[in-house]
Formats: sequence, structure tokens, C-alpha cells
Amino acid sequence: MHRFANPTRFLRLSKVLLPWSGGGGVLLLVVGLVWGLWFSPADYQQGETVRILYIHVPSAWMGLFAYTVMAGASAVGLIWKHPLADLVAKASAPVGAAFTFVCLVTGALWGKPMWGTYWVWDARLTSMLILLFLYLGYMALVNAFDDPGRGARAGAILALVGFVNVPVIKFSVDWWNTLHQPASVSRVGVPAMALEMLLPLLVMGGAFMFYYVTLLLIRVRSEIAAAKVRAIRLAQGHGA
Amino acid sequence: MRAIVHVIRRDLHLALRQGADSLMVLGFFVLAVVLFPFGIGPEPHVLERISAGVVWVMALLAALLSLDRLFQGDYEDGTLDLLALAPVPLTWIILGKVAAHWLTTGLPLLAVAPLLAMLLQMKGEGMVSLMAAMALGTPVLSLIGAVGAALVLGARRGGVLLSLLVLPLYIPVLVFGVAAVEAAGMGLDGGGSLLILGALLCAAVPLCPLATAAALRQALA
Repeated sequence: MHRFANPTRFLRLSKVLLPWSGGGGVLLLVVGLVWGLWFSPADYQQGETVRILYIHVPSAWMGLFAYTVMAGASAVGLIWKHPLADLVAKASAPVGAAFTFVCLVTGALWGKPMWGTYWVWDARLTSMLILLFLYLGYMALVNAFDDPGRGARAGAILALVGFVNVPVIKFSVDWWNTLHQPASVSRVGVPAMALEMLLPLLVMGGAFMFYYVTLLLIRVRSEIAAAKVRAIRLAQGHGA
Repeated sequence: MRAIVHVIRRDLHLALRQGADSLMVLGFFVLAVVLFPFGIGPEPHVLERISAGVVWVMALLAALLSLDRLFQGDYEDGTLDLLALAPVPLTWIILGKVAAHWLTTGLPLLAVAPLLAMLLQMKGEGMVSLMAAMALGTPVLSLIGAVGAALVLGARRGGVLLSLLVLPLYIPVLVFGVAAVEAAGMGLDGGGSLLILGALLCAAVPLCPLATAAALRQALA
């Protein structure tokens, strides 16, 4: 891990990785969307509405995954003081917030025809909404200080404190009797889903993951560039 | 242990000498709750239905308002630097400060809550549960709030930011606090929610001071 903490090495590596993750993301997204929206069968109960799930479920996964990455990077940044880890945490937050928002919106659009309401205050939905607020709070805190290092450290502590919410979201459908259906993909043994629906869903999951990695790499690269600009400006300011 | 007692004594002294702070928070709590009958109308069954939620939400907001007092003054006049340098674990000092904060805000809120619940037509069984739930829940509010208050030290627009950070983390306390009261109000056993509130307290007492200490260290660094 310490090998990748070097910003120069990261810049080199990410330059090689970016076209692959970007291209792979586009490819998987096209395949997944066409497969999910046209060729996969409609559900016998939900009809065509089930296709919302090909967006909703992967964005929920990525909302949680991005927070986990953020918390992990925050822990690394706090413990080993890797500057790159702080940047990864900071870059992960807006992407994860966007995924969480998409998850909530698509869930509401699916809920209206299926449950008869856009929103219910059950445990899964509420904890996902809290996740969105945690993302927003994190982003506000990181940008609230004049010293970016200070903001990153404060944000890291908040990200770790807020991480208690992630297992609550994951297990909310098991702990509480909710309207939201329990997990059907990650069940031990056979998933409770038809294969012709599961496969496009997994392809979409892969597409979202590639998209996330691509955005993360771009954002971290731009953060590094911004830090360089800041350093040059400061040096010029002191020189003058 | 002596350090905790010293910190509590000092903060209580300071709070008593400028007693207006603590009273203002209490005044906010009372006034804000009293606004609801004006806004919603005086029908007893409507007020009774919302009483638990209103008292809890307002207690949350009142606790939030008092948080900037927790570290801000000590941070500005440099006391916090000295406290952090003291040969005592910073977590102990924080625990003392949080205890003092609870004694000057949580406890007064707890004391007037039954009065306000009565104004909102809450029944007797609900009132007992409300007291029990608030006794367990308000220390958690102070503990979680300490993390937020330490994080925003030195930030721009710290007050607004603080509410953005702390309120999402307060939601579990609110959910289970209200659940306990409503269960009792409907004649059910609210013990499960009280146990969860107790569990939240048990988890917050060791964990929140750790996070607060980390936040204070990076604020003072």
C-alpha cells in the first residue's frame, strides 16, 4: 500500500489505468443498459417497472461502496498520514453522494407504481437518506477550513464516525420489518432472482464500479494538480 | 478520576457564573414546544399524538444550540491547549466536559420535559417512558454533539455546519426515544426501545470521547 502512496507513482499508474476503466465502463454500461432495458424479461408481478432496478440496485451498492472507500481511506489517512489517502476520501464523497441520490430518486420512482407512494419512512429508506446527509455533512466540513489539510483530517474523523450507518443500512431489511424487500442477490446459496435478470444487473453493477473508479482517478488527479497549483502560488506569494 | 471531577467543577462554576446561557437553552426548549399548540391548534387528541415527537425534536434542537459552548470558549482563550497538554488522557477531560455539559443542559431539559409533555396532553404512562428515554438519550446527545463541536472548531460558519454534521447522527436517538414513549402511550411494552437507547449510551460513552479527542488534537495541531 505504501508503494501507491507516492503521488508521482499514482499519477503514472492512473494514466495507464484511466483509458481501461473508462472504456470498460462505457462498454459495460452500453451492454448492461441494452440488455436490462430491452432484452431482459419483464417481471410477472412488477411488469416493465422492474427495469428501474437495473439502475437503482447498482447505485445503492455504489453509494455504500463509495462510503466504505471513503471511511477506509480516511482511516489510512489518519493512521499513516498518507496525503493520497486524504485525496481519495475527498474525491470519493461527491461521487458516492450522487450514487446515493440516484438510488433514492429511482427508488421513489419505482415505489410510486409498486407501493403506491414515493416515500415511506421505513428503516432501509431512512438509513439511506441519512447516508446522503452524512455525505453532504462530510463535503461541507472538508471545505469549511482555510487549510485543506485541516479539513481533510476533520472530515476523516467524521467519515469514520458516520461509518456506523453502513452496516445499519445493509442489515436494516433483516433487523426491522420493512416495506423494502430483503436482499435477493447476496443470499447464501442460490440468489432469489432469475438468471436472465441477475446477469444484466451484475453487468450494470460492473459498469457502475468502472464508472466510479474512473471518476475517482480523475478527481484524485485533479486534486493533485490543484495542490501543485496551490503550492506554486504560495511559493510565489512568499517570494514577492 | 480526580481530573474528571476537576473539569466538571470548573465547567459548572463557569456555567453558574454566567447562568444565562443554560437558561436560554431551556427557554428555547419551552418556547419552541409551546409554539406547536399555536401552530397546530389546541385539539387534545392531535397534541397528544404528536407530543412525544415534538418534545424529542425540540430537545434535540435545544441540545444542538448549546453545543458551541462546549469547546468554543476554551478554544478561543487557549484553555483547551493547556487541557490537552495536561498529564491526563484527553478522553478523561472530554468525558468531564461532556458530563458538565449534560448537567447544565440535558438535566434541565429532562426536568422541564414532563411539564411540557403535560401541556401537550401526554398521558401518565407516556410521561414515565419519556423521562426514562430522555434520561438515557440526552447524555448520548451531549456525547455525539461533543464530536461535532470538536470537529468544527476553527471552521467557517461553524454553527450551521455543526447542525449539518450532528443532526443525522442524532436520528437513532430520536427514533428510539419516540418509539419508547409511543409504545407506552398505546399500552405496549416500550422496554425494547429503552434497551436500545441504553445500548447507544453504552457505545457512545467510550467511543465518542475517543473521536472527540482525535478531533480536538487535529484542531489544536
